[in-house]
Amino acid sequence: MTLDQIAAAIRAAHDSHTPLRIRGAGSKDFYGGMLAGDVLDVSGYNGIVAYEPTELYITAKCGTPVAEIEAALAEKNQMLAFEPPHFSGATVGGCVAAGLSGPRRQQAGAVRDFVLGVKLIDGSGQVLDFGGQVMKNVAGYDVSRLLAGSLGTLGVLAEVTLKVLPKPVAEQTLVFDIGESDAITRLNQWGGQPLPISASFWHQGQLWLRLSGARAAVEAARGKLGGTVAVDAENHWISVREQTHPAFSEKLLWRLALPSTAPAPGLDGLRAIEWGGALRWYAGEQEAVRGAAARAGGHAVLYRAPESLRCREGAFAALSPALLALHRRLKKSFDPKGILNPGRLYAEF
Amino acid sequence: MTPPDPEFRTDRQALAARLGLILPVHCLLVDDEDLRPYECDGLTAYRELPLAVCLPESEGQVIDVLRTCHQLGVPVVARGAGTGLSGGAMPHAQGVVLSLARFNKILRLDPLARLAVVQSGVRNLAVSEVAAPHGLYYAPDPSSQIACTLGGNVAENSGGVHCLKYGLTVHNVLRIRVVSIEGEVFEIGSEAPDAPGYDLLALLIGSEGMLGVVTEVTVKLVPKPELAQVVMASFDDVARAGDAVAAIIAAGIIPAGLEMMDKPATAAVEPYVKAGYDLEAAAILLCESDGTPEEVAEEIARVAEVLTAAGARDIRVSQSEAERLRFWAGRKAAFPAVGRITPDYYCMDGTIPRKRLAEMLSAIAEMEKKYGLRCANVFHAGDGNLHPLIMYDAAKSGEWARAEAFGAEILELSVALGGSITGEHGVGIEKINQMCVQYKTPELEAFRRIKAAFDETGLLNPGKAVPSLHRCAEYGRMHVHHGDVKFPELERF
Repeated sequence: MTLDQIAAAIRAAHDSHTPLRIRGAGSKDFYGGMLAGDVLDVSGYNGIVAYEPTELYITAKCGTPVAEIEAALAEKNQMLAFEPPHFSGATVGGCVAAGLSGPRRQQAGAVRDFVLGVKLIDGSGQVLDFGGQVMKNVAGYDVSRLLAGSLGTLGVLAEVTLKVLPKPVAEQTLVFDIGESDAITRLNQWGGQPLPISASFWHQGQLWLRLSGARAAVEAARGKLGGTVAVDAENHWISVREQTHPAFSEKLLWRLALPSTAPAPGLDGLRAIEWGGALRWYAGEQEAVRGAAARAGGHAVLYRAPESLRCREGAFAALSPALLALHRRLKKSFDPKGILNPGRLYAEF
Repeated sequence: MTPPDPEFRTDRQALAARLGLILPVHCLLVDDEDLRPYECDGLTAYRELPLAVCLPESEGQVIDVLRTCHQLGVPVVARGAGTGLSGGAMPHAQGVVLSLARFNKILRLDPLARLAVVQSGVRNLAVSEVAAPHGLYYAPDPSSQIACTLGGNVAENSGGVHCLKYGLTVHNVLRIRVVSIEGEVFEIGSEAPDAPGYDLLALLIGSEGMLGVVTEVTVKLVPKPELAQVVMASFDDVARAGDAVAAIIAAGIIPAGLEMMDKPATAAVEPYVKAGYDLEAAAILLCESDGTPEEVAEEIARVAEVLTAAGARDIRVSQSEAERLRFWAGRKAAFPAVGRITPDYYCMDGTIPRKRLAEMLSAIAEMEKKYGLRCANVFHAGDGNLHPLIMYDAAKSGEWARAEAFGAEILELSVALGGSITGEHGVGIEKINQMCVQYKTPELEAFRRIKAAFDETGLLNPGKAVPSLHRCAEYGRMHVHHGDVKFPELERF
């Protein structure tokens, strides 16, 4: 598959007003709004274009499996620090388009923080280059980062350049028996100290805390924090990242992004807390969840749900009328005919 | 200085009268002598007098000013402390300067949540000062941090010497409050790790006052490292120093700061600050490590090992906080030190892949001969951001024009080497022509459509950051590279 073929397919769809559903591996079909349109499978456009370990970047075509990228990085002892989930064969294009980050997000930052550049094919089939391969680049609007989490509604992310980082020298995981609100307090207190905490996961009265960094720093922190050293920690963090951990097994799952200090929002069905208290997972039908998340200063995403509910509720919290209007204008500026992943972010566009 | 903009024609008296209805007397300047201090920002070579300066004290007044200008079709240039180096806050001759200088209140400090909510005119350093008793600080530290404002930092996506490890403004701002040209208020981002919809925060940070006026900023605070120590290494040639930077990264080390200065820069600085730099060296590297004492000791040992293997002729490790600060003093004083040995200097801001450094520096040496001007180089080596300081004398006829051409050539070479025309200073008015070199027509058109999605009338900071296609066509006519004509689709006059 070539860039020209993807661009031609989009141009044809543009000319005939045909909605397209952009698809990499389909590993996140469950996520976001309803799927609609003819499938534009871009998984065939794949391969690593450039990898410069000492320049700290990798450029890959959108269909490249995240696993392939991570394997290349591992050879040089580097990593994607935002630890994106693979689920079943996730591609790098889908990874950036969905904008989902894993456990290390609390220390290293989110997908968008690592996007340096993109080659975008917009809704009229034009190929556009934004950003680049250098760490610092403030020429022009930062379109590359805007595209992280845009769910393909602004264009096909044909190629992406990501900042990579060295793997930490040492890692260790501590486990604490602790209740929900104490865990939230402790996580925030620790967050204000110079401790090398790279991930946290609370589930049913148990808090897992991962330390990453220089060997001496990890050792010193372990001495300071106490807890029990976990065995088989690596598999635990993989199960959190890939959401194969029982905490995520429910058919109906809400993802709440909140200020890390927010007290328990008064909902039943808490399954897990991540990111130092800032990410909380709830299961089951929740009448009041969107309002509760908003009052706490955050928002709730209907992360995984039966189709009927997903259709009725929409995945994401509603935007204010002014913000929605702005989103529509931006959408139109990249995709004038509204053919790319319509409804995947919001039903309105 | 700049050609008159035919797009806007403002009735000065009518404007002053209207603004007088919404602002108290002490918040509005209209006399030329009062306007003079606002005629330029940190890029003093470009000047323009505005028709009025508004100094609102409340968000309501900002809204009123913007609505009024929107109604009258008057350009608005937002301004923080005016320390920017690309002319982004240079006034428009037919417009208003909207100064946020009085938005100087720290609204909330939450040590447990590690964030601060401040008005956009609050100084960068003031945030770290107020957070210090809690063992926290705001990481981005542009060299102007003593004076520059958070609103300006948001507009420029400012960096500093610790970006490689701690990120730019875009990595450290959680939420902003923005007023559109129509006077509508938007809350972008939140205190949660993400917000619904498009990542507009990423789009607005670094947008150079083109999309909205920032009134409030929520920043992330991070724990202050217990200890910082710096290794100073000198090298016999710059290529070897460049390789040493790559070797540090290859060894899996992300230093808190990694800076390089070439011989002309150390020569300018040493008599001024007496930092103890090796004046025989072709280049010196400063590599800072921070963290717990154990962590720093481990990292410093590894850095010293790597630098020795990379062929450093001398390595010194700071043995006290005073010595660390002295090693840094020279780097931090590089601009004023160069200012002492030349009547004027022009600071550039290109970024390049680190491995192309030697190539860039030898090209700059050739350009010194070509333009008959000297140049000292300081370099945020860790993230490839080069600041060549071109020395000239504005009083000598033709020198500024030569300095400008010299700078343009460096920026265009940055693009050719795979980098960017600006790493942290912004495009502003200064690099508007080089935008035509970095981007092609389709990207520039996309930028203009984004601008229109926020500001359909084009009243916010007109003429900055994103060039018109005709401007690019004109510039392309003057600069034909390798026979390729950019913007071939446009007519040339």
